[in-house]
This record gives sequence, C-alpha cells and structure tokens, in this order.
Amino acid sequence: MIRMSDAGLRYGPRWIFRHLDFAAEVGRCIAILGPNGRGKTTLVRNLLGFLALSEGSRSAPGIVGYVPQVSSAPVSYRVRTMVAMGRVAQRGLFAAPTRSDHQIADEMLERIGLTALAQQRFDLLSGGERQLVLLARALATGAATLVLDEPASALDLRNQDRFLTVIESLRADGQHAIVFTTHLPQHASAVADHTLLLFGAEDRIFGPTSEVMSEANLARLYGIPVRIVAIDDLPAGQTIRGVVPLFGTAGAA
Amino acid sequence: MDLSAATPATGIWRRLEGGGLWLAVFAFLLLAAMLAGICMGRLSIAPAAVLDIIMTQWWPGGSHDWTKLQESIVVLVRAPRIVIAALSGIGMAMAGAALQGLFRNPLVSPDILGITAGAAFGGALAILLGGSGMVLIGLAFALGIAALVLVGLLSRVDGRSDTMTVVLAGIVVGAMFTAFVSLVQFVADPDSTLPAIVGWLMGSFAATTWTRVAIATPPILIGILGLLMLRFRVNILSLGEDEAQSFGISVQRERWIIFLLSTLIAGGVVSVAGIVGWVGLVIPHAARLLVGPDHRILIPAAGLLGGAYLVMIDTVARNATAAEIPLGVLTAAIGAPVFAILLRRVYVSGIRA
Repeated sequence: MIRMSDAGLRYGPRWIFRHLDFAAEVGRCIAILGPNGRGKTTLVRNLLGFLALSEGSRSAPGIVGYVPQVSSAPVSYRVRTMVAMGRVAQRGLFAAPTRSDHQIADEMLERIGLTALAQQRFDLLSGGERQLVLLARALATGAATLVLDEPASALDLRNQDRFLTVIESLRADGQHAIVFTTHLPQHASAVADHTLLLFGAEDRIFGPTSEVMSEANLARLYGIPVRIVAIDDLPAGQTIRGVVPLFGTAGAA
Repeated sequence: MDLSAATPATGIWRRLEGGGLWLAVFAFLLLAAMLAGICMGRLSIAPAAVLDIIMTQWWPGGSHDWTKLQESIVVLVRAPRIVIAALSGIGMAMAGAALQGLFRNPLVSPDILGITAGAAFGGALAILLGGSGMVLIGLAFALGIAALVLVGLLSRVDGRSDTMTVVLAGIVVGAMFTAFVSLVQFVADPDSTLPAIVGWLMGSFAATTWTRVAIATPPILIGILGLLMLRFRVNILSLGEDEAQSFGISVQRERWIIFLLSTLIAGGVVSVAGIVGWVGLVIPHAARLLVGPDHRILIPAAGLLGGAYLVMIDTVARNATAAEIPLGVLTAAIGAPVFAILLRRVYVSGIRA
C-alpha cells in the first residue's frame, strides 16, 4: 500500500501537480500516463519520498521495489551482485549477501529470463537488459509495493511481453501493490486495473483502465489522434485492445 | 582481466576467482615490503636477524646473533616507522576507495573533504606556537574534524546534503584552510619554525616513535575496521541516493558515518606524518583495475596494496639519497605518472572494447 493525500508539488510559482489523491492498494496495479515533461518521474519520486511534497501527505513502506529510469552512469558491478543488493538492506548496516540471498537473486534472474547474464558487468549491458536486471532486483527485495518508472521504455517486443507477464503474475497473486509509469498505453491496457492520465497540474483522470483508456482521452493526452482496435479472433478467445497512434495526421485533424 | 567470467566453480576456487587470490598476493606484498623496509637502511640488517629480533621481543631465547645497536635500530627506530607507514597506507587507500564509491567519482580522495587541509593547518599552528608531539597531533586531529563539521554545515540544506554540494563544500573548506596554512608560514620564523612547518607538511615518517604510534593508531584502526565492516554498504550507497533509499536505507546518516570513518583515518595520518598525498587517489584505482569494482573485495585489496605501497615509498625515501626525501614529494612524483599510465590503459581498453 502506497498513497498520497491532497498532495502538491511546486517549483517556484509553478505547480507540477496539486490536490492529488492517489493510492495503490495491495492486489492492484496502477499505470500512470502523461506526455513528456508532465511530471511522471517527479510524481514517482514524491510518492517514494525522494522528493519532499510542497503540501499534502504521503505514506509508503520503508522498503519499496523500485525500478528507476535507466541511468546514464551505471555502476559496473556484476548482475548477480546488483540483484542481491535488493536483499541486504533490510538486515542492517553490516550485512552482506549470504548464500540464500544469492539463491534468491538467481531465482529472480531466472524468472525474468536473465540467467545467462548473471556474471556480466551491469554497465556493459544494453539499456533493455539493464531495465530487466533492475526489475529482478526490485523483485528480490521481496517488497509488497513496487514502483516502476518507465520500466519498459527500452525493451523489445518480446521483452515487453516478458515484463507484462511478470507484472500480471504479481498482480494476480494478490499480494503486491504495483505502480508504473509508461508511454505505451497498451501496457496499461494489458496489466493495469486503474490508470491515471496526467493532463495538467490539476487536470487529470483516474479510473478503471478500460473506462479511462478511450480514443478521446488519449488524443487529448498526447495531442495526436489515436484509434483503439479490438482484436478478437485469437485462438484462446480473449480480446486484445490495441492502441494505434495515427502518426502524421495531427496537423490535418 | 576478467576473473569470474570463467565457468562456475565452487568452494575455494570460487573464492580465489572472486578476488581472494589478489588479496593473498597483496597481503604477501605488504609483509614483504615491511620486512624489506626493516632490513634496509644506512645500517642494513639481515632478514633472519630482524625476524629473530622481533620474535625475541615476545619469546625470549633464540640465537641472539645480533648486536645491541641492531636491536635498537629495529625495535625503536624502524619498526614503529614501518608500522605507522603501513597503517597510514592501508587507511588512506581504504578511505579513498570508499569515498570514490560513495561519490561515484573516481577523482575523489580523503583530501577532497577538506580534512587533510584542516589537519595541516592544525599541525602548522601547533609548530608555530612551539608545540610538538601530543599538542601537534591533537591540534591536527581536532582541526581535521572541524573541517569535516564545517563541510557538513555548509552542505546541509533542509537536513540533507547532496553529493555534489559536499564535494564543493569540501573544496571551499580545503581552500580556506590551505590559505590559513600559508598565513602561518608567512608569520613563522624563517630560521626555526618555518623549516619545521614546511618539512612536516611535505610528509615524513622520520620522527615516528612508539608513543606516536600509540596515539595515531586508535583513530586509524577504528576507521579501517569500520570501513571493512561497511564495505558491502558502500556498494549499495554507490547506486545513488534514490535507489539506496528505496531499500529503506537512511542514506544521509550512513554517508556521514563513512565520512567520519575517513576523517578518523586522514586526521590520524596527517597528525603523525604530515600530508601524504596521492595514496588515497591512486591506489584504489590500481586495485580496481586488478580486482574489479565490487567494494567487498576492493576495499580490503586497496588497503593491503596501499600499505605495501607506502612502506615501499618510505623505504625509498630513507635510502635513495643521503638525506631523506620528503614522503609527499615521492608519493606525488611516483603517484602521478602511475596514475597517468593507469588512466591511459583504462581509456584505451574502454575505447577498444
């Protein structure tokens, strides 16, 4: 469970967001969508307490499974060490990873399909591989709350599917509260129970993903026309709603 | 050199691949340097006699195949000097490795926090006022801590201080204390106190006695043990503030614990030996090239290598010429080119990788 009440953040005279009530309960997955510079990362950092709110309050557990945006100056530890770090914090100042911590790190790497990278140096991985390692580390913390800042921004289609599968399984086990930001509306459609659309500092829509994710809302959010197509001829009988941005037609609209 | 990319191994071999082999090599290097340092000097003494003399201090008996003069040289002159040189090298290199990790900046060393400059001012002031021994050590140490406190106050905004601000505050405080040192030199008597101050500032273990060792060892040793115990924590703190905090860590508090441990080391070293530069900067780099960036191995490896390095430098300082060469001059003269070669190699391998 992680929440903000009547929260606001101001840089000088400019409010980034204000009067925001937001809560992610256990068993829920929430997606945050908004254009570049709308303050998604800022909101995440506020939510986690890395940045102090100008007004309002927040509450979050001490340990959160956090996936930051891919940093420009990554550390050069080995992947296995990176993931094992998620285990150690809760055990005090002098703790170092034990055999069982490394076992859990290996399990998480296997779950995400990264076993082959375990001994690689983190800074030599591609951006997408790094994101998956950070996801493995967030899982390794064992935290019930996961906050992921554009965790899939560098992933190829297959790895996006892998990421969404992991998120879906965490959501389905009913023991995790998950918040993630994304630029891919279809990721929200795929796994988020609720979605938050950030239009402006006080202009936002929050609701069940299927209601919020309309062509009109998305067009307003990004400033380009968007179509939602339903694909329902799949063998398993489910319906996938694809979000298709109509690139190159914004000026004509 | 990539030691752990090989096939997975178990037991002792895995330990060795993980850097344990390097630790053993560096430990051997340190012991060899210490023994060589004790043997060499204006009056050279055979290694066997030295070992015998040392053993006899605890277990009387043995062959007694040495003179009384040789015994006093080993026990009273060279041993304390080599012990403090080793401790200083271990401490400065460990502090450098920890600070470089913490700041995620390879150009950081204990000097950067202004500690060294503060301690230098304290020592210079003590000499100016006619103090020596305990007074000098005490004042150097007190002002080293004062410099750290100043850096803390300067860089603290709303109860937290970010890394960049700490570095800048350290540079500012360092510049201020360096100016004070110049001022002390300016007013010092050119015939008596000025040469003493200049000589002390350039760094030397020449005046080391067991009394001084006893005074300087506790802070340096506390710093060394503390950093050793926190070495995995440095890994986590090096991820950056946000990530470390997401693990539920009080980043501010733990960062200052490491600053304080580094100050204990730097203050202790400066107070007995003056300014011994470069060890805290160069040695962690050399160690990182050999054992990799993981601080679990890097911090002890840098320590052992730093100890060996400083003992060797001190031996050269005593033996290369008739008069002793100031230590600070040697560490810089050797350290800077070595650093240049290391840097060049890292860049070349980075570009060609």
